Amino acid sequence: MPVQCSCCGEKRAMLKRPKTGHSVCKDCFFWAFEEEVHETIVSAKLFRHGERVGIAASGGKDSTVLAHVMKVLNERYGYGLELMLLSVDEGITGYRDDSLETVKRNQQQYELPLKIVSYEELYGWTMDAIVKQVGLKNNCTFCGVFRRQALDRGAIMLKVDKICTGHNADDVAETVLMNVLRGDVARLRRCTAISTASEGEAVVPRCKPLKYAYEKEIVLYAYFKKLDYFSTECIYSPNAYRGHARTFIKDLESVRASSIVDIIHSGENLSVREGVKMPVQGTCNRCGYISSQALCKACVLLEGLNRGLPRLGISKHHRLHGKILARQPLTEKEERKLRSENS
Amino acid sequence: MCEINEDFHDRLECVQDVEGGLKKCVKCKEANASVVIKGGDAHCRACFKENFTHKFRATLGKNRVIFPGEKVLLAVSGGPSSCSMLRQVQEGLSQNAHKKLRFLPGIVYIDEGGAVFRSSEERQKTVAQLQAIFKATGYPFHIVPLEQVLDLPSSTILTAPSASQPAHTGAYKTAVDQFIQHEISSSAAREVQEETDVYESQEPHTQALQKLIGSAKTLTAKQDLVNTLRQHVLVHTARSKGYSKVMLGDSCTRLAVKLLSNISTGRGAHLAQDTGFSDTRHGDVILVRPMRDYSAKEIAYYNHVFAVPSVFIPGLDTKNADKASIHRLTESFVNKLQADFPSTVSTIYRTSEKLQTVCGSSSTADPCDRCLLCVCALDTADDGVSALQATLTSEKLSKFRGNTRPGMPVLISGELRQSAPTVRDCRSGEGENCGQAQVGGSCCSSDMKPEKTDLKSTLCYSCQLIVKDLSSVECLPQYILSEAMRRQRRSLMRKEITFAPVSNVGQEKTLVTVPGSELWAVDQTSH
Ligand SMILES: [Zn+2]
Ligand SMILES: [Zn+2]
Ligand SMILES: [Zn+2]
Ligand SMILES: [Zn+2]
Ligand SMILES: [Zn+2]
Repeated sequence: MPVQCSCCGEKRAMLKRPKTGHSVCKDCFFWAFEEEVHETIVSAKLFRHGERVGIAASGGKDSTVLAHVMKVLNERYGYGLELMLLSVDEGITGYRDDSLETVKRNQQQYELPLKIVSYEELYGWTMDAIVKQVGLKNNCTFCGVFRRQALDRGAIMLKVDKICTGHNADDVAETVLMNVLRGDVARLRRCTAISTASEGEAVVPRCKPLKYAYEKEIVLYAYFKKLDYFSTECIYSPNAYRGHARTFIKDLESVRASSIVDIIHSGENLSVREGVKMPVQGTCNRCGYISSQALCKACVLLEGLNRGLPRLGISKHHRLHGKILARQPLTEKEERKLRSENS
Repeated sequence: MCEINEDFHDRLECVQDVEGGLKKCVKCKEANASVVIKGGDAHCRACFKENFTHKFRATLGKNRVIFPGEKVLLAVSGGPSSCSMLRQVQEGLSQNAHKKLRFLPGIVYIDEGGAVFRSSEERQKTVAQLQAIFKATGYPFHIVPLEQVLDLPSSTILTAPSASQPAHTGAYKTAVDQFIQHEISSSAAREVQEETDVYESQEPHTQALQKLIGSAKTLTAKQDLVNTLRQHVLVHTARSKGYSKVMLGDSCTRLAVKLLSNISTGRGAHLAQDTGFSDTRHGDVILVRPMRDYSAKEIAYYNHVFAVPSVFIPGLDTKNADKASIHRLTESFVNKLQADFPSTVSTIYRTSEKLQTVCGSSSTADPCDRCLLCVCALDTADDGVSALQATLTSEKLSKFRGNTRPGMPVLISGELRQSAPTVRDCRSGEGENCGQAQVGGSCCSSDMKPEKTDLKSTLCYSCQLIVKDLSSVECLPQYILSEAMRRQRRSLMRKEITFAPVSNVGQEKTLVTVPGSELWAVDQTSH
């Protein structure tokens, strides 16, 4: 017997909402999903009228749904935002080139301007070339650090006031757990924030309008809306530790459906003991990007790549920052040490 | 300070040096080493023991919360960790003068057998085994069945004013000196006439307890409920027997699991109280966790080598699959991770060191601001955008709404706001038919009987999840229900006062004449 939509009471229910367990029809699901994002945007005051907003678009389901919903809400509620897509090309053959095709189709479907910034043009290195030098063990460190900066650089080129990213509730919950598992209290405190203010001149404020949207619902939304997205995992990806955390969250969700939002609630209510040292943010002496060290992480990583010593940026070598800044060569001993860590 | 040594135990047994000969102990440099501690330091049995006992004293010394002559209740569950704690107390009290621990210990065992459907024969057998262990210590002990929750007073879940303890720096040292003076003058002839008692549970009580546990629909909620009730019995026992401190045997491994499962069940706000060294939420009775620097394996090794007896007692999750509950799942997650990444437990543990509780322990705070079940400060304030608000929004949006659509937004001082408020549904009714827009606080639920939604406003986020998983709140013990009603009456009164003209404030008595039927509809607008 067909179940009636618990929301409108008229149409046939097509799905059971993972978030609430209610059986709803397609239209009511779309409406509720969009309204929830709208509610988040309004109550967190994420945007101001007339702002230029860059949507970080990877071609994946999160950013595709984000772009779609932002466009819908911007029109429905007259946010008055000037939306544009911002993509980063890491230079990964067979992954990013394909997903960028998706972004380009999205650009036409949504009629939004698109800007693509590439690692190659920004850093002179593609991820393919980086992996060739560093192997598959630490490549995610490079990719993560470079992407963060690349988005900012692209945003500055586009002159946007804000960047919004497709981070969903599952991502936020996962980050909370990862920071507990890594003992990173500074990040633990920041990671549940829905938006980050501008930190220094090099950084564009960011926000996560999908912060409370379940990944499962994002998939359902994309599926029922027949959105065009790219669904292959990054070929260089899996970080074993993060993979464990991800599986754990999926398992938790199967035991108690609200676990994801429960973890976010925990994260939002944590407080850090006074006297626990928090890194002081300054700016990178070389590129001006925010950094708690003399050199930002991206510059150190890049220096390592260019000197053929990729370990330079991976383990902590703050002592060597002075030499890098002064463009001095390392001693034989220092080089040997870095190389031996490689094995 | 003593470090937690997470990775020594994997290389316990025989320690050989590079050439295959026996390695000497790094501490005494005489005996052959039999234990390797982090970083490759090998210790002999005697030095391992010395280190282990030192750590216990050092933890207590560093935290300075247990005063000389104070009555301290040791919560012993029969498990390896709490039994090891009991041994550490014995060792500490028998040390020579300058290292000696100077408090008056008692033991409590809370028998949860009723909650896990053990037969009374099995329960008696366990109690007999534990009694033998307890008697051997010579300390007074109390064996209390969990069924006692059915007779607890409501004051159990109130924060009592903390005992007037000297708080300023130097007070601890003064107290120690005074105690030593006193001890010398009375030539240690302290006469402790303390009762030791063993309560037996009665059959109807056991059935009521089982009905309560059975009303929880998930194993996660059952475990949380039992933990909460055990805590209540523990605090009540301490209060009624005059103990001002309770020692819990949580090991570092146990606390790492607890920290993660607490995060997963929305208890982030209470992590410091739940996993820190001392837990002050009850005010007059402070819970301390002196075993938090020891890993489970370190304890197992100590217990094995030094013949510390423990008793295996099946719990709620024994024999259950990994995914049966959040606690079970987290435990297997941490264990697996620890096997792959040996620093997992110690890293999580260090995270817990850096956290603090928002609420503190202020006993002057209004009890209505504290959770009815866990007695922690409520973390449910509506502060705009939060996971809690997002969940409420989702529930509201998925419920019956007919054809109403929210209004268009307008711009107020450059920020986006909604023009017309969305239809506010009655959130009190769980039934699908109660979705009518609420007018002036009255809807179908105003003549409802006490139901779980009414308890909501008295519970923290995480305890709301427990109650959500109960099929009915009527099985909850009376002390909880009557305190819930009292708080609801109070909050109703307070609301009446705020609506009353200013001149009436303070004349609370005249305002209590509120029709009983409205008592349960009280918080419909505020949660
Ligand atoms: Zn519908
Ligand atoms: Zn995602
Ligand atoms: Zn830089
Ligand atoms: Zn030795
Ligand atoms: Zn609570």
